[in-house]
Amino acid sequence: MSDVQERVKKIVVEHLDVEEDKVKPEASFIDDLGADSLDNVELVMAFEEEFDIEIPDDAAEHIQTVGDAVKYIEEKK
Amino acid sequence: MSDDNPMPKGELMKGKKGLIMGVANKNSIAWGIAQQMAAQGAELAFSYQGELEKRVRPLAESLGSDFLVSADVASDEDMDKCFAEIEKRWGKLDFLVHAIAFAGKDELQGSFTENTTREGFKRAMEISAFSFVDAAKRASHLMADGGSMVTMTYLGAERVVPSYNVMGVAKAALEASTRYIARDLGPQGIRVNAISAGPMRTLAMAGISGGRSLMKTGKDWSLLKEDTKMEGVAGAALYLLSDLGTSCTGEVLHVDAGFHIVGVPDPGEDEE
Repeated sequence: MSDVQERVKKIVVEHLDVEEDKVKPEASFIDDLGADSLDNVELVMAFEEEFDIEIPDDAAEHIQTVGDAVKYIEEKK
Repeated sequence: MSDDNPMPKGELMKGKKGLIMGVANKNSIAWGIAQQMAAQGAELAFSYQGELEKRVRPLAESLGSDFLVSADVASDEDMDKCFAEIEKRWGKLDFLVHAIAFAGKDELQGSFTENTTREGFKRAMEISAFSFVDAAKRASHLMADGGSMVTMTYLGAERVVPSYNVMGVAKAALEASTRYIARDLGPQGIRVNAISAGPMRTLAMAGISGGRSLMKTGKDWSLLKEDTKMEGVAGAALYLLSDLGTSCTGEVLHVDAGFHIVGVPDPGEDEE
């Protein structure tokens, strides 16, 4: 597992209070991990903080799964 | 009080009861102020909007408060109920913290002139400015022994800030409302002030297009060369809400690392 994957997973587990093995690449924040729209905003803020990047709104809208987040962050870094 | 409360402890708010409106998560300014109030011995009630309960409850409990009331500030019925509950449980109120604002995302970007709709304008005004007038009225009825109220504003009320747009107009109304409320409630011994905080990483900030560049400029151009710290904002609130703030009312207190007095930044600071 890549470093980015590892760190994203940790943030998601902490933030959404879900079990680690549920945080799979294809897991949707809202449908599978119980996030609401505010959680999504908070997750994006947490990713920005952790990786020191800016995730604009139009990009954030497309980050719906754990894998989407990892992919976006890896490309951006 | 939980031991992980980072705010300085004391007894400045001992015996005082206050309502905190506008906690959404641990980054909320209202939350920082709540922590500071609790650390100084205040007893707290929290109002939340609908589905935010599950976020606010654990935070409130960590400060030893089980007093949560639902209050959608756009609903008279909700506000009636909220303040009736406070009256029933406490019979009085010593302080009020108002940290509530709303504007649609579409209106927090680009051209203010082009993007502001009639509905959006009204909504921003209602939620961000009128809600303080309304809460202040209701709170003042429970402040027979005097009290103190604080609302949160931002420099975008006084100067133009990219993307802040209709929220700047609403904050200008909020600041003017603060002065008029202060006038009305002064004879009753109630002080009413606003804190103008620099950009902070809150949910409200996340709603503003280019929020991150506001943070960066806020730091780079500031006199202290640092981000606005929660401790500073909460400390200002402690001053205003405790008896330390005696004689201070109708004021907009800037807590922004000095950003608001800068006319032109130092040469070179703007370059990456």
